[in-house]
Amino acid sequence: MRAQLSGISGKAVMLHTFVAYVEDIPGVLTRVASLFRRLNININSLTVGRSERVGLSRLTLVCEASAEAGHRIRASLYKLENVVDVDDIAQAPSVTRELALIKVAATPQNRSYIFELVEVFRARIVDLAPESLMIEMTGVESKIEGLIQVLNESEDRVLEICRSGKMTMRRGHHTSRVLRAMGATAEEKPEAEAQLDEAEVGSVDIEPA
Amino acid sequence: MGSKANSLSANAHLTTPTRLTGAEIVWATLVGEGVTDVFGYPGGAILPVYDALRKFPIHHVLVRHEQGASHMADGYARASGKVGVAIATSGPGATNLVTGIATAMLDSIPIVCITGNVSSRVLGTDAFQEVDITGITLPVTKHNFLINKTEDIAPAIRYAFQIAKSGRPGPVLVDITKDAQQATAIFDFAAAKPRAYRPHPMLRVEESGLAQAAELIRNAKRPVILAGHGITESGAMEQVRTLAERAQIPVALTLLGLGAFPASHALNMGMMGMHGEAWVNHAIQDADLLIACGMRFDDRVTGTTATYATKAKKIHIEVDPAEINKNIAVDVALVGDLREVLEELLPRISGRDGSAWLKTIDSSKGAVAVRDIKNLPDSGHLYAAHVVHDLWRITGGNAIVVTDVGQHQMWEAQYFHHEHPRTLITSGGLGTMGFALPAAIGAKFACPDKEVWVIAGDGGFQMTASELSTIAQEKIKINIAIINNGYLGMVRQWQEFFYESNYEATPLVSPDFVKLADAHGIAGRAVSTRADVVDAVNEARSSPGTFLLNFMVEKEDSVYPMIPAGSALHEMIRRPGKNPIVESSDDI
Repeated sequence: MRAQLSGISGKAVMLHTFVAYVEDIPGVLTRVASLFRRLNININSLTVGRSERVGLSRLTLVCEASAEAGHRIRASLYKLENVVDVDDIAQAPSVTRELALIKVAATPQNRSYIFELVEVFRARIVDLAPESLMIEMTGVESKIEGLIQVLNESEDRVLEICRSGKMTMRRGHHTSRVLRAMGATAEEKPEAEAQLDEAEVGSVDIEPA
Repeated sequence: MGSKANSLSANAHLTTPTRLTGAEIVWATLVGEGVTDVFGYPGGAILPVYDALRKFPIHHVLVRHEQGASHMADGYARASGKVGVAIATSGPGATNLVTGIATAMLDSIPIVCITGNVSSRVLGTDAFQEVDITGITLPVTKHNFLINKTEDIAPAIRYAFQIAKSGRPGPVLVDITKDAQQATAIFDFAAAKPRAYRPHPMLRVEESGLAQAAELIRNAKRPVILAGHGITESGAMEQVRTLAERAQIPVALTLLGLGAFPASHALNMGMMGMHGEAWVNHAIQDADLLIACGMRFDDRVTGTTATYATKAKKIHIEVDPAEINKNIAVDVALVGDLREVLEELLPRISGRDGSAWLKTIDSSKGAVAVRDIKNLPDSGHLYAAHVVHDLWRITGGNAIVVTDVGQHQMWEAQYFHHEHPRTLITSGGLGTMGFALPAAIGAKFACPDKEVWVIAGDGGFQMTASELSTIAQEKIKINIAIINNGYLGMVRQWQEFFYESNYEATPLVSPDFVKLADAHGIAGRAVSTRADVVDAVNEARSSPGTFLLNFMVEKEDSVYPMIPAGSALHEMIRRPGKNPIVESSDDI
């Protein structure tokens, strides 16, 4: 992941990842998006879906902004009436994944190379047509971009790419004060207040982030 | 003002769940929230609500333009501390509210705007007078609602009131479709209560922060309190005063902070920022500690941030976590309600000798006072500063002054000395011309027993002068002082200073304002010499109805001192020479 980027102003910017729980009602996404437009910050990726909590959607939002902007963005998100919880992932141990669907022009004669590629990248073929095939791939951004790069380098023509944007979850047992105050959805063991914002020590990194 | 005979049953709705139309629910909920006056303009999509008004003990003020309605609600809120309410129809009625809503947003004023919208079955079809007002107002409201079910009306309005006045206050809009107004639902005021108020999760006043703040105050040699609008909103006047007095810290005020700390207090230095006095800005630049109380380091008070108070440690006490380190990086952030934070901080503050620093500031005032216009004898010219200063003297500073935006606004801030909060009502953040007249009407409804003065320029006054009709219809008594210099004065001043005196589009032809007032049945008088000011002001004050004074002041007068936009706080344009005003040939 690129840690330091250069913004339009030349000021050093970095990638920020926010995970937020928002009320699942019409217009909420507009409010979130409008906030970033107002702050003149571009959203790099945004994924939204149902969460473990009834009536709350969970979103992962990645944006480029100055290093100091994280606090203000989180504070501003909280000012939106429909935003319930905001977690600034920052450098916390977390797992980030993205899903990509890639359609490649390929005939039965030249497919086999792509099959091998898919195997190497631990991706899957999910659709096979006479003149094309579709690859499903889940992974970190660099891995997906690696596959796309290799596909682009080969003779095969990439017809379509559909990427979900990033989804992020902290490692270990972690519940914010806000969500905790709202009550548990699953059984939770009591934990000291100070440890709430920390990832559980000793969690195993099964796949590198 | 005024009550209705057939409104007896209105309060019964509040205790007994009753089936009502959506329109009736709107009023019943407003009554339940303690609303007595609303400002609005009817139209097709809000007609059911207007039809139901006669059954409820609420006075409706018919405005002449919906911008007037949102400004009146704003003025009402600023004068009273209560939530102001504006009502408009769909489409153009709703869009006309927007400037007033943005004005309230930028100055954190609690207002609730209720708009009608087309029926839900045609919503989104570009129906007649349909506009996406919740979309339009999204960035200029704290929150807004689009309601298309009758049973949702009461909860939405009650929730809107909670949002408007809680935390950092602000405007909320409730858009209600016509069919929701017409259908019926069980109205249960108690059950429509919003969920418990959820304070911003990032509010944080930590023991370590309080200790650090106390330590900084104890060790400071040159501390300054920066007093903002948050003092009034939080009701922390006493606490700020105690802090200043106990630790002997001089106080500089923002424009919206004026009145939150008494002008006559020995520790009050005056207004800071672009048109603040030199000694105030110098004190800030020389300070070794700034204690920011309910203010947001707006660019009008900091000048360029790169050179702002570089020697000072900074303590920021603020209710909005998003303001921390936004414009100016601070050393200690106490994020919470100002009064509550100060209540916790004060026990840690002990007496402190601040005399050396106060003496330094006092000596820096030096010759400035001599050059000040208010101290000069009558030269036969009528200066706006004289008018404002005389107004202050004659009213004893006890009036509510509502200003417009521009030069007169800055002269008001400099020469009218406010002792109490909510006595200066002005658009600071958005700088909305046309604000004064409607906001003053709102203030008068909030405080019918108070003397209310409008101070407006000839430009801004014409933006909303149609509200003179509202004054005539409502038969209210306010006083209007137009500072008439024949220019869009502040813009002209910028042209003079920064655009080689190219007075493009700033000379202004105006109607005879006294005749305009007369056409509304409002008395008035033109004043062109200083000798007449006292008599004219007294005539206005003693007149039973609204009275308009048209002060024909010097045309090319400028507000001093001035920090050019983007300059450092100490790089100000000072009052010129020994004579405060440039005597051009036009002046003679």
